[in-house]
Amino acid sequence: MTTLDHVVGEVATPEFEHANEQLKRRRGFLMALPAYAYLVVFFALPLVFVVIYSFATRNRFGGTDLAGWNLDSYQRLFTDDLVGTILARSLWLALLTTVICLVIAYPFAYYMSTRPESVRNLMLVFVMIPFWTNFLVRNYAWRVILGTDGPLSQTTEFLGLGPQKYLFTSTAIVLGMVYGFLPFMVLPLYAAIERIDHGLLEAARDLYGTGVQSFRHVLLPLSMPGVIAGSILVFVPSLGAYVTPEILGGAKTKLLGSHIVTQFLEARNWPFGAALSFVLMAVMLATTIIYFRKGGRTL
Amino acid sequence: MSDVTTGSAAVELRNVTKRFDEVVAVDAIDLTIADGEFFALLGPSGCGKTTTLRMIAGLEFPTEGSLKIFGDEVGTLPPNKRPVNTVFQNYALFPHMNVLDNVAFGLKMQGVDKHEARSRAQESIGLVQLGGMEKRRPSQLSGGQQQRVALARALVNEPKVLLLDEPLGALDLKLRQEMQSELKSLQQELGVSFVFVTHDQEEALTMSDRIAVMDKGELLQVGSPEQIYEHPANRFVADFIGQTNLLEGTVADHETVVLSNGTRIAAHSDLAAGSAVALSLRPERASLHSRGQDVTDGANVDGVVARVTYLGNALVYIVNLDWMEIEVRDENNPGADRFHEGDEVSVLWSTESVSVVTN
Ligand SMILES: Nc1ncnc2c1ncn2[C@@H]1O[C@H](COP(=O)(O)OP(=O)(O)OP(=O)(O)O)[C@@H](O)[C@H]1O
Ligand SMILES: [Mg+2]
Repeated sequence: MTTLDHVVGEVATPEFEHANEQLKRRRGFLMALPAYAYLVVFFALPLVFVVIYSFATRNRFGGTDLAGWNLDSYQRLFTDDLVGTILARSLWLALLTTVICLVIAYPFAYYMSTRPESVRNLMLVFVMIPFWTNFLVRNYAWRVILGTDGPLSQTTEFLGLGPQKYLFTSTAIVLGMVYGFLPFMVLPLYAAIERIDHGLLEAARDLYGTGVQSFRHVLLPLSMPGVIAGSILVFVPSLGAYVTPEILGGAKTKLLGSHIVTQFLEARNWPFGAALSFVLMAVMLATTIIYFRKGGRTL
Repeated sequence: MSDVTTGSAAVELRNVTKRFDEVVAVDAIDLTIADGEFFALLGPSGCGKTTTLRMIAGLEFPTEGSLKIFGDEVGTLPPNKRPVNTVFQNYALFPHMNVLDNVAFGLKMQGVDKHEARSRAQESIGLVQLGGMEKRRPSQLSGGQQQRVALARALVNEPKVLLLDEPLGALDLKLRQEMQSELKSLQQELGVSFVFVTHDQEEALTMSDRIAVMDKGELLQVGSPEQIYEHPANRFVADFIGQTNLLEGTVADHETVVLSNGTRIAAHSDLAAGSAVALSLRPERASLHSRGQDVTDGANVDGVVARVTYLGNALVYIVNLDWMEIEVRDENNPGADRFHEGDEVSVLWSTESVSVVTN
């Protein structure tokens, strides 16, 4: 087959080349078929349902009539003050989480990239150890740590600083999300920094750059793909987070994720919940696209 | 130029040692590089050339010893505070910047005014004949062009010493020879010291004012190309620089060496009688004669021609002496005697053509 391809390639007429291209494309499609099937069944179809429901009407008994299509749910998004407050809070906390993760992960990823091979691999394992325990369990662990008579409170009391009240605050949510999503920042950053030739930083120092200048003009721009990828991977799940805010946050720190669940389970307003979900996804998609555009296709 | 005590020293290493854990990369070397000199660091792979250069650049700090640049102790001064620049072995050009920004980088870091930096970078790019390529990325340049950018990027800062780590190593032979003469004339034009690392002895011989030969972290000999070629300090230097025949023997007295087969050869040395030595005889310094011909002056040994290689401008004979083989190189002159495989010959050389070297 390969030898034939080769011979054909050498004396290829345009028609031959065209047919060859088509064959290759068809083969590629076949290989991707399971992935396509998965995406259609578990992503595209549910999304279609969500969109359909968002235009439907809630009836008096808390059910949904798939009739009387209207834009009421979308209108409410702009008029409901509570939605505005929750959206602003969610965006702010997601941004804060992303920035904190970036600030913690960057030096760590850089340090990791300067270690010998064996040490790096060990450090990578350490970064991934939290994944061995269920996400839910880890969040409950934080609840215990931050709780009124948990270790943190006991320590502050022992030090004479009085009991702390972090649990059920925004601080607790950000703490939990930073903890939960940090590996998603570390890994792409490490992958990007590790690829950079260390000699470039030496060249920058040799050309009269200070450490800070070498970082700003050489390391940072060259690691930008990692910064972008990590930020997307942290910002997007933070924005839609449900588990962490539910366990560590309180009634006063409700975020979008919980608000959507409330619409479906408690308020029994599926159309409004669907509209909220759809808008949230659109925001995430827009963020991702903008980031990709800015960072090129270097992921 | 070879007398460095008269000029001012650009770089001075005193008893400098560099250890990486257990590895001694550079072992207590003393080196003085004069201002304005083309200085080569020559030695086989892993001998510590790069480490020495990196210590001068400030990318590595000596474990012991003193390192001065124009009289100032620079021991642990960071690279950005030293008046030297480096052309790296793999060029280390910034891939996210175009040629102009690469070259202007050093000036920008020093806070030079933007317009001035630009025009000086342009000038430097012209100096290495890359005018018109300012907007290209390093990845859009050939190896030779990248090498020139690396050179321009270093020279634009007007360093007092330019350090070059095997800058021509990645280039093909033709380009390499071109760059050799260009580098040499550039250095003469600028009048700054070039410290040039290479493992190519021919390159070192043709380009340098002085050469330092290193092996296993130690400095074996420093001198002009002629001194090093004509009077190698030891066996390693004799063997590493150019081609040579090493004839094993022992010193009989100051004027005589007894070869391992018992032949007494006239050769001058200051070594004590009984010292184990080798006679270094360059192939072009020996000549072949038919046996029985009168040999009046110098020394000779008998052998049989084992192989003849025709090189065009020269003929190389391998002569079998029973106890070793000797290589003899003859200019290919029309009048000269030609020998063939199996000819019984005498290998002749004048006394001043050999040097006695120790291990
Ligand atoms: N960072 C380092 N850590 C440990 N050992 C090192 C380090 N840098 C160099 N060495 C060791 O020091 C010795 C000298 O290395 P150096 O790079 O100076 O050699 P070199 O003469 O430049 O060789 P080459 O011609 O191959 O470039 C080698 O044995 C090398 O393995
Ligand atoms: Mg080297």
